[in-house]
Amino acid sequence: MRPSIHSLAGTDLSCIRDDRVLFEQLAFELVAGQVLLLEGKNGSGKTSLLRILCGFREPDVGALHWCGDAVKDSQFYAQMAYVGHLDGIKKELTVLENLKMSLALSSAGQYSIDQALSKVHLTGYDDILVQTLSAGQKRRLSLARLLITENVLWILDEPFTSLDKQGIALIETLMAEHCANGGMIVLTSHHDIDLPDVDVQRINLS
Amino acid sequence: MSLSRAFFAVIRRDLVLALRRRSEIANPLLFFILVITLFPLGIGAQPHLLQAIAPGIIWVSALLAAMLSLDSLFRSDFDDGSLEQLLLSPHPTSVLVLAKIIAHWLVTGLPLLIVAPLLAVFLGMPNHALGILLLTLLLGTPVLSLIGAIGVALTVGLRRGGMILSLLVLPLYVPVLIFAGNAVQMAGTGLPVDAQINILIAILLMALVLAPLPVAAALKMSVN
Repeated sequence: MRPSIHSLAGTDLSCIRDDRVLFEQLAFELVAGQVLLLEGKNGSGKTSLLRILCGFREPDVGALHWCGDAVKDSQFYAQMAYVGHLDGIKKELTVLENLKMSLALSSAGQYSIDQALSKVHLTGYDDILVQTLSAGQKRRLSLARLLITENVLWILDEPFTSLDKQGIALIETLMAEHCANGGMIVLTSHHDIDLPDVDVQRINLS
Repeated sequence: MSLSRAFFAVIRRDLVLALRRRSEIANPLLFFILVITLFPLGIGAQPHLLQAIAPGIIWVSALLAAMLSLDSLFRSDFDDGSLEQLLLSPHPTSVLVLAKIIAHWLVTGLPLLIVAPLLAVFLGMPNHALGILLLTLLLGTPVLSLIGAIGVALTVGLRRGGMILSLLVLPLYVPVLIFAGNAVQMAGTGLPVDAQINILIAILLMALVLAPLPVAAALKMSVN
């Protein structure tokens, strides 16, 4: 069990894109075990907010704090994992090679690669080239990355895209488990998420 | 979580990827061979002229072949999101991009070194200049990859960055071209080339240390 002292706080965040204010004076605080669901119509800045959390974009105003320290001065990048629109997996490599690469870039987490593959129902696909997988399988593979690396915060951009009903239920189970273990999740989803035992905060950006 | 493990994992992955999509290795190499073999045909039966311009031909072709291969350095990583994952790694980005640049040189620069002696003989270059030619290529082509990486990192986010890339990068390639071409020319006439070689070593060391930092910064800007 990780100590539940982790927290992510954003204060007074604003994002301006092409002279358009996407959101301003946005504030939130997320502590271990919580989920933050970003809602809003297309183009309302959900992905922009996630990319600000990841550090790909600077917020035009405002600041982010991880466990009370400014993100840049903290262990933030060692404790987060991001799955975005782009899968971040190489289609010319096998499932196993992709996961080994993710592992090499980060530190080993709760599950081994085999355990993670069985968790996302991809057992036996180790030596399959990713280009032969279906879109849903690819998505599950990119989510398997969250299980094999050491992380507290998951940042997920539309994680349910191209997953079937079982796939969605599976990811929801993994998310609930992660929160029960003291993790936290920030995600965007068009889908209504079904996490009965988890404290879900919602921010509507539109 | 060790940095050296991540460093070698990146090199290994890029080499495996290059092996699986072979055109990436073949394209610059074929270009290099074709351009050089076309020169004797274009110039005609003038072996002395050919011999005199051989260092220039080989080095200009190597430079253009390097330019041609640059785009593949970060393009596919940018397109499939691997670049984002690389940047999110807790390891210093500059070290990881250095690994990518080394892998890129192994795939696109090293093959040029292997075929260059053959092509040099083909152009009638004197035997005693071959060693120096190889040495300049060994010192110079990594610089082309390192400096080129800065240009690619700046332009990878643009839809048509090819033109800007050549404008950005080619002027920075000129010192390498001048010193390397001159060293081979001098070696052909039997003069000492220590000065040129020392300068090439200095350029390589400087690029090795300084190039990864702006590449990392530019990549962060490009994924924005």
